[in-house]
Amino acid sequence: MLNLPVLRWGRPYESLDVDEVVHFATGEPIARVGRANGGLIHRDMRKAQRARDALTAIPIDALIDMVARAGELYTDGTVEMGDGSQTPDEFVRAQSASTGLPEHMCRANMKKNAFVLAEMRNILTSLTRGLDLEVLTRGHGEERGVPISYQAQSPVLGLVLPSNSPGVHTLWLPIVPMQIGLVLKPGPQEPWTPFRMANAFFAAGVPRETVSIYPGEGDVGAAVLDSCTRSLIFGGQPTVDRYRGNPRVQAHGPGFSKIVLGDDEVDNWERHLDLMVESVALNSGRGCINASGIWASRHTEAIAAAVAERLAAIAPKPPDHPEAPLAAFTVPGTAQAISQSIDADLAAPGVRDVTAELRGGGRVAEAGRGAYLLPTAVHCDSPDAPIASREYMFPFVSVVRCAESDMIARMGPTLVCTAITSNAELQRKLIDAVHIDRLNLGPVPTTRLNWMQPHEGNIVDFLFRARAFQTADIAV
Amino acid sequence: MSISDSAGTADAAAKAARDRLDEWTREVVAWHFDPASGCPFWLDYAASLGFDPRREIGCFDDVKRMPPFEDEWLRGGPVERWVPKGMAGKPVYVFETGGTTGIPKTRINCEDFRIDYELFSETLPDEHFPRGANWLMLGPSGPRRLRLGVEHLCQHRGGVCFCVDLDPRWVIKLIRKGWTEHLEAYKDHVIDQAVTILEANHDIRCMFATPKLLEALALKLEDRGTSIGGIGIQGIFSGGTEFTPQWNRFAHEELLDGAYMTPTYGNTMMGLAGSAPTGPHNDYKISYYAPQPRAVIEVVDFDDASNVVEYGQTGRVKVTTLTREFFMPGFLERDEGEREAPCEKYPWDGVSGVRPFHGFAATTTVGVY
Repeated sequence: MLNLPVLRWGRPYESLDVDEVVHFATGEPIARVGRANGGLIHRDMRKAQRARDALTAIPIDALIDMVARAGELYTDGTVEMGDGSQTPDEFVRAQSASTGLPEHMCRANMKKNAFVLAEMRNILTSLTRGLDLEVLTRGHGEERGVPISYQAQSPVLGLVLPSNSPGVHTLWLPIVPMQIGLVLKPGPQEPWTPFRMANAFFAAGVPRETVSIYPGEGDVGAAVLDSCTRSLIFGGQPTVDRYRGNPRVQAHGPGFSKIVLGDDEVDNWERHLDLMVESVALNSGRGCINASGIWASRHTEAIAAAVAERLAAIAPKPPDHPEAPLAAFTVPGTAQAISQSIDADLAAPGVRDVTAELRGGGRVAEAGRGAYLLPTAVHCDSPDAPIASREYMFPFVSVVRCAESDMIARMGPTLVCTAITSNAELQRKLIDAVHIDRLNLGPVPTTRLNWMQPHEGNIVDFLFRARAFQTADIAV
Repeated sequence: MSISDSAGTADAAAKAARDRLDEWTREVVAWHFDPASGCPFWLDYAASLGFDPRREIGCFDDVKRMPPFEDEWLRGGPVERWVPKGMAGKPVYVFETGGTTGIPKTRINCEDFRIDYELFSETLPDEHFPRGANWLMLGPSGPRRLRLGVEHLCQHRGGVCFCVDLDPRWVIKLIRKGWTEHLEAYKDHVIDQAVTILEANHDIRCMFATPKLLEALALKLEDRGTSIGGIGIQGIFSGGTEFTPQWNRFAHEELLDGAYMTPTYGNTMMGLAGSAPTGPHNDYKISYYAPQPRAVIEVVDFDDASNVVEYGQTGRVKVTTLTREFFMPGFLERDEGEREAPCEKYPWDGVSGVRPFHGFAATTTVGVY
């Protein structure tokens, strides 16, 4: 069994407190992970500038090459992990065992992360809109004959990471090439990617003193947010609400992503059925980019029935099955609690669980200590039903009947909106809607991201401030 | 001395301690249930018991016959119902606990806090807590037993105690509201007070500090080019469920700069439980022992509070307080831990690994102390 110690600026620290990461179904221990205490972070962050200094000593071009090499190691190499090492297959098995995500989905997420590392130059070019990357190092430069300055707002980025999907790690992979250090608090069930990635970085030449990893409890997350001037945190709606308006923290929560069918296209809904099911169910519906709502003004019952038929055919398979479609809920009791919450919402008028009629059984399938939630589609007569604006970490969708003229006002915050319409006026309103983040006009699944584009706010804008900067020579 | 001799000595010490506890239990129960000396609360309560505690409680184990103490009884007045008639005419202090929202729990005191802190004083090594040294109380102020207790401890040892203003109820509210910037500002405000006192030439060599404030103080002093040890602090006592072995080690290795620190466990309802020696030799393990016979800690089954768990097993912390001012039979604390065997310094049961009771953990807000 692997022992993963706390990593303080790249140096292992053996904490007296150790947590076991266990197999979600059997409870068998898979790794022992050192638990940090908040004080360690407060103390270490006093040296955060050293991380940036070490990184700015390396040209960004060289760092881009290093993370590309790290991506290869991460994908194909045997990488040092604590007091041992891990092959890619061992990594996938461990990640699947603790997170409940099927192994083939772990591999798919690995590919996403590897793609971002391999394409780092293009990604940085896109995220910085073609900025000469030297400007990030120097802090100033010139563009189209005008002086420009980008000032780093923090020597390090703090990350309070989740356990739901290893795809979220794509968000922090461009940080080191931008010469900003990393302070990672892994999700309790997903220590694997932070440790594997950090060690792949080190093996590829990234200085060890640029990365810290602090596994732990709530006090550790709080200490990361307290002591880093810029942090990303992943959590539920209460977390997002708590940090709204805090310039130091970018909170990532539920996406409430949606597919909207315009009145001009809704009669052709059957053509888009595959897109709808993919958007709801890909990656076991775990991500914020999975659609949790399909909104249309008519045919909604037929759409719900067709989506439900496809979803009801999805059944759990063993995690190592090459087509396992569902991820398990690994924390005992969670699946049951979510299912009860859905049942409570179903009591509202005008709401119907369409999958229940087809499935002929309960929504929860027990799996040892964990459990699966079976894909669920509900139909809502109007957006008034509370369940019309719910999101859960499994394939779950509300098909909502709503007049096109009301849709934008009623849909609420939406991370990814796929709008299937050619109606120019509706498209214009969608483009202007500030509660929509990523907008797909046309039949693009909500889950299909272009990595060259910003996600939930541009990370470059979060880390660097564009400001005025002038120079003049001093007369001798 | 052979091993069997030392085991025999330990057994004898444990038996003597137990005899003393049984004898003290009889005295305290007799006092509280005597109409001439007891308080109105217990005298009224006795009428509903169906037995006379003075006759039926002949030893500590018999205290189990009393229904478990409910701390809700301590909320609201009249506070005089807790004042034993035997204390009539003595000045009465009232100490509060809780109260961030709603009515706090209150415990009356005449001399208990002084007695408890004097007993605790005997456990402090003079080489680290020099007699005559001045102290800093870096903890909660207001209607708190701890604040007066530390001041008395310092005075008892011949020193003068400096204090800060710190309202822990406001701290809890800031945490619950998620006002982290205000929380940081308030912490800075408290630490600024401490640094000002420490730098004001008062020759302060000992202190009480909560773990969070000690951390913040150490970082602040480091910013100013000094340290806890560097500014002259030689001895610290601290406490609370955040005082874990890992934190203890972290503090010793990275914060204290040579100062000595000892953990304590206690609250308004009981005295101070001291700690067996802790350090690298035992991985900074922390074992607490109540100030018997005035208070007793038991580690009991989660499902059956009358059943003490085996040594090394985990259970809920149950505290019984036995003083002439306060009788608290079998109160279930909000903490859990492992039952520890008696040791040379404390020949009675202790508790280690104290942490918030897992049944409450989700709802407990740990503030500054």
